Amino acid sequence: MTALLEVRGLKMHYGTVKGDVKAVDDVSFSLEAGESLGIAGESGCGKTSVALALMKLQPGNAKFLGGSITLDGMNVLALDDEKIRREVRWKRISMVPQAAMNALNPVFTVKDQIIEAILTHEDVSEKEAEKRTLELLKRVGIDPSRAGNYPHEFSGGMKQRAMIAMALACNPEIVIADEPTTALDVIVQAQVLKVIKTLQRDLGLSMILISHDLSVVAETCERTVIMYAGSIVENTSTVEMFRHPLHPYSVGLIGAFPKLTGERKRLESITGNPPNLLDPPPGCRFHPRCPHARDVCTRIVPPLLETHENHMVACHMVNRHPEYR
Amino acid sequence: MSERLVRVEGLVKHFPVHMSLLDSLLRREVPMVKAVDGVSFTIKSGEIFGLVGESGCGKTTTGRAVIRLIEPTSGHVLFDGVDVDELPRGEVKAYRREMQIIFQDPFESLNPKMTIYELVAEPLEIHGIGAGDEERRALISEALNEVQLIPPEEFLFRYPHELSGGQRQRVAIARVLILKPRFVVADEPVSMLDVSIRTEVLNLMLDIREKLGLTILFITHDLAIARYMSDDIGVMYLGKLIECGGTHDVLDDPDHPYTQALMAAVPVPDAERRRGDLPIRGETPQPINVPPGCRFHPRCPYAFDRCKVEEPPLVEVEPGHAAACFLQDEFHAGRLKRGRLPEDQAET
Repeated sequence: MTALLEVRGLKMHYGTVKGDVKAVDDVSFSLEAGESLGIAGESGCGKTSVALALMKLQPGNAKFLGGSITLDGMNVLALDDEKIRREVRWKRISMVPQAAMNALNPVFTVKDQIIEAILTHEDVSEKEAEKRTLELLKRVGIDPSRAGNYPHEFSGGMKQRAMIAMALACNPEIVIADEPTTALDVIVQAQVLKVIKTLQRDLGLSMILISHDLSVVAETCERTVIMYAGSIVENTSTVEMFRHPLHPYSVGLIGAFPKLTGERKRLESITGNPPNLLDPPPGCRFHPRCPHARDVCTRIVPPLLETHENHMVACHMVNRHPEYR
Repeated sequence: MSERLVRVEGLVKHFPVHMSLLDSLLRREVPMVKAVDGVSFTIKSGEIFGLVGESGCGKTTTGRAVIRLIEPTSGHVLFDGVDVDELPRGEVKAYRREMQIIFQDPFESLNPKMTIYELVAEPLEIHGIGAGDEERRALISEALNEVQLIPPEEFLFRYPHELSGGQRQRVAIARVLILKPRFVVADEPVSMLDVSIRTEVLNLMLDIREKLGLTILFITHDLAIARYMSDDIGVMYLGKLIECGGTHDVLDDPDHPYTQALMAAVPVPDAERRRGDLPIRGETPQPINVPPGCRFHPRCPYAFDRCKVEEPPLVEVEPGHAAACFLQDEFHAGRLKRGRLPEDQAET
């Protein structure tokens, strides 16, 4: 089976006055139909850049230097803007943006904004669009009687639900959720994550969830990708990732989360800081912070290889780690 | 030194809501945001007290009122047995030196036009510490060493924008430590930092506490961090402390339904743990319209008639562990299951 979405060797840099920011460097992953994939990493690791590239919504100073994004056999990067707008965005891939609080237009009702999205992309009557809007709102847990409200009359959690409903307006195959719960409090976050999980399962959606919070990914996605400084360092099933992380960065990142149950142990931190992507270190970008780094790591970029079944790691030293089986 | 360094008694802070001219001409009653509405707790000397709750619960206002950055509407804060409010003006500054705060955002809290040297020297100037440049420089180097900005000479003449977020927060901590305070309020000190950086700052704070015997009020929205840092913990909801006690007692066996709901809602980095259904719905109401009775009752699956009219007091369920719920003894004795819906509502 070929994957629904296939990203191969994607390389995207941002041109700035100080030089090129190597934000996405040789990123490859695939998404099967109906699968939920989580992309986790710290700020500046390139996870949002990847998401924007998938819809060709990258900022003006972005440069594609290589790679391909194939959606169901169609090369997205080769399509012109008009074609992408008409055929891909919303209808095939849609996005729940970061900071959904500010993504709604304050002077239109929530209902009208969703109807507008449907009418722009599909040839349906206004009545039909309204009917679909109310159904969508119901699905995400908003009472249809509130549909005529303005965004300021919604709480934070409701705005986020409305954004999810809007992302689903044109029945997309793939939904990209970029930090969908970052601004929410923990109880509301749990409610919204539950809505996302239920929808993904019920509608058979393929989903990419982007988060800096590993625990959000752990609870929501079947597969987890961890990014560091513009590259993927590890890609495996979520269960495997948390049970047997192999890349030293993944190990460090997972170990850096304090536990909510069990014994209190001193957390081990990863020393140093993430690199400046204007001038990333040569070889493995993690080597200056890595406890296992050897000479080879400073010279050669480690490829992302399937070292175990269904478990891909980009590390020269992977078979020397104590975690390696 | 008394064993209880900080004692907060009935702390209240209400903010008036801005009113239009018309409203005031018509002499409408000024609505009040009841940010903190009667909070009492004590912090033992040398301990870290974690204050947790969701945004808008009043934890930051409490922290600021405790060190008198804002004037409380009523209530007392006793520092080492002394009510700071009753001190003559001249003596307040000496107490100020002993009570310091670390702010949330090291990108905002450091003046971008000052060098690290100037930033760390500023508190010395304010409090007139250190005779000459020589002595100040030594104190500054010592403070930077303390927060692991090593070697200090390499940082002295840099500007905040040249440092990473974690390093900036260390500078903020150095600014506090240089005054040798006994009590520090840390208001979400790591929420702006990435995970890999965050751990270093947390461990640094634990080490400093150990070494200097600092007493810390640690404010956070993150229960896992609170659990990692705190000896005692207090949970706030809509301006009230609804549960407090030893960290393990409160978080491992929560006796207030809100604490139980918080614990159930926190996602954990463990793909194999699946939580049950959340016992509560809805979102926190605005602190302008605080519900009557128990302020949690509209969202509480266990609420019954009494909760709607009477406010449950914060009373002990076991020595050193108090909660403000009429059913706390039922939870504590195991007659009601924690974090699960009562039987008759289970189907909804």
